[in-house]
Amino acid sequence: MSYDVPDQELMTPGHVACPGCGAPMAARYALKALGDNTVLIIIASCWSIIAGPFPYSAVNVPLLHSLFATGGSVASGVKAGLEARGLKDTTVMTLAGDGGTFDIGIQALSAAVERNEDFIYMCYDNEAYMNTGIQRSSATPWGAWTTTTPVKHPKEQPKKDMVAIMAAHRIPYTATATVAYPEDLIRKVKKAKSIRGSKFLHVLSPCPSGWKSEPAQSVFLSRLAVQSCIFPLYEVEHGEEYSITVWPRKKVPVEEYLRLQGRFAHLKPQDVQYIQDNVDREWDKLVAKAKATGQQVPD
Amino acid sequence: MEKVIMGNHAVSYGVQLARAQVIAAYPITPQTQIVEMLSEFCADGRLDAKFIKVESEHSVMAAVVGASMAGARAFTATSSHGLGLMHEVLHWAAGGRLPIVMANVNRTMGPGWNVWTEQTDSLAQRDTGWMQFYCETNQEALDTVIQGFKIAETVLLPVMIVLDAFVLSHTMEPVDIPDQATVDSFLPPYDPKFTLDPSDPHAFYGLVTPEHYMELRHKMHQAMQKAVEVTRQVGAEFGEVFGRPYDVVEKYRIDGAEIVLVTSGSITSTARVVVDEWRADGQKVGLLKMRMFRPFPFEAAREALAGARKVAVVDRNISQGHGGIFAAEIRSALYGASHQPVLFPFIIGLGGRDVTPHSIGSILNYAQEHDVPAEESIWMEVKE
Repeated sequence: MSYDVPDQELMTPGHVACPGCGAPMAARYALKALGDNTVLIIIASCWSIIAGPFPYSAVNVPLLHSLFATGGSVASGVKAGLEARGLKDTTVMTLAGDGGTFDIGIQALSAAVERNEDFIYMCYDNEAYMNTGIQRSSATPWGAWTTTTPVKHPKEQPKKDMVAIMAAHRIPYTATATVAYPEDLIRKVKKAKSIRGSKFLHVLSPCPSGWKSEPAQSVFLSRLAVQSCIFPLYEVEHGEEYSITVWPRKKVPVEEYLRLQGRFAHLKPQDVQYIQDNVDREWDKLVAKAKATGQQVPD
Repeated sequence: MEKVIMGNHAVSYGVQLARAQVIAAYPITPQTQIVEMLSEFCADGRLDAKFIKVESEHSVMAAVVGASMAGARAFTATSSHGLGLMHEVLHWAAGGRLPIVMANVNRTMGPGWNVWTEQTDSLAQRDTGWMQFYCETNQEALDTVIQGFKIAETVLLPVMIVLDAFVLSHTMEPVDIPDQATVDSFLPPYDPKFTLDPSDPHAFYGLVTPEHYMELRHKMHQAMQKAVEVTRQVGAEFGEVFGRPYDVVEKYRIDGAEIVLVTSGSITSTARVVVDEWRADGQKVGLLKMRMFRPFPFEAAREALAGARKVAVVDRNISQGHGGIFAAEIRSALYGASHQPVLFPFIIGLGGRDVTPHSIGSILNYAQEHDVPAEESIWMEVKE
């Protein structure tokens, strides 16, 4: 693995994210990987605020803010428009939250990647509608508290498997990432940039105010998510070649990840065991897919 | 070159001649032939444009917003529920000051499911910030596409070109298709002033606080007001180059008319015939055709109606709880005018019911026989 993190900063100081937010970190690393020949599309989400109010901008690339359901569609138009003007090498990246990706924007996203439009779609997933005040989305994990899944009736459904949905479109490249592994994230963004066609990047994005966690622990939580295998780091090429990019040194019990977050404080031991069982089963399935692709499982 | 073509294909030829660079589309009856033909033009190289086949009209408008923001000349076409689905993005396109051109084939909104013509779909979008032009003929549809890009790119607001379902969209008429070189000289390539440019990065359409929002909308309104004069100039220039001048309204045999019909769209052609018949009979009737609906040409309407004793507004649309939408606008234009004609607001032809010369005759008869202005809409040809 390369530890090549570019020096170029295309995010400026002065963005207005909350302390400990994963979203600006993810965008900062992504922009480092992409360089300045990039157009960034921000879909209505926390990033509508993070980018700063008119006349300011927290990024040093052209930024187009767009409507909630347009992550796939507006990017298709921007790419076509840039090509019409002769800017064929400019990378177009959509940055959207989980609500804009898993819920309201999934139709336009599915259509854009089915057409294999040449763009990168990065979802920063904080697992609920955080900008409107913590309402459940289809990315909210089973058992989590949100303002619309109160403690007496927490979320009963599993988190939607967005990577599987994207992979099912057989697009050239799909990957997961976290801000705890910037070198892995940057490598994946660079790889995405080098491929023509649709690329989907799913970044776990801790939200201290929504997760009821400590801002200082966001990177640590991201690391625990990977080490506990609740959010494994892997990539899928052409919908079928799976490879795990970060193997946990020693699989950490998922409880260590859950107990640092107030949104899971109400869970009983059997609930935690239920989550652990699901994590174990999903991880085994992922390892089996990676093996089927020919990947060696480290000792 | 003259060809006998349907209204939908007249729009397609207009778009080809305007050299649109990005087209996004989703099929909906009765618009589909517009984009089918454009898809063929793109495929066989007659039009050098990217054709994006999206999965909904919401995505259509988002894609042309993206393309226009990236600096390309962008076009789409839709109808009825497709236009309704675009609604929030229509605001985005106009608020974003993007010179997109869209054809809307007027089709009735459901339920009951109905593919025939009615204007309520487009008129319901009147507050989105789009300019709106209603076409009477297939020739006017083609000509207005070419003018539409020029007007839109001058004032930086999007243009909706509206034509009646089937009566125009699927009806063959002789249409003069101008030659490319002349259109190129009339409509030079789009040169965007503000665009997504990695060598000069700016942020667009982000958070705007109350400190600035109102000024942005005021500037937009000023651009709309300017669009009336720009449309007149572009229409006059079009007349000089192509021999077919256009204005924001058209007055037909209005001099000395005591009763003036106010129409829009293809009903205008029917009304012309009836006006000719009544004039031949010695009756003082005339016609005002509303070509532009947004911005509303208040001054032109007031000036045209200054000599009329009675005004009969023909609306193939309905704002439920209010009445005909053109009638409301004409009333508002006449408010405070030194001369106040007696106004009769007629609702007719909803859901695509035919509006015949006999229907227009009935409207004129009603106006002739009544002297007290009607506040409530007069519903014509409603079955018991």
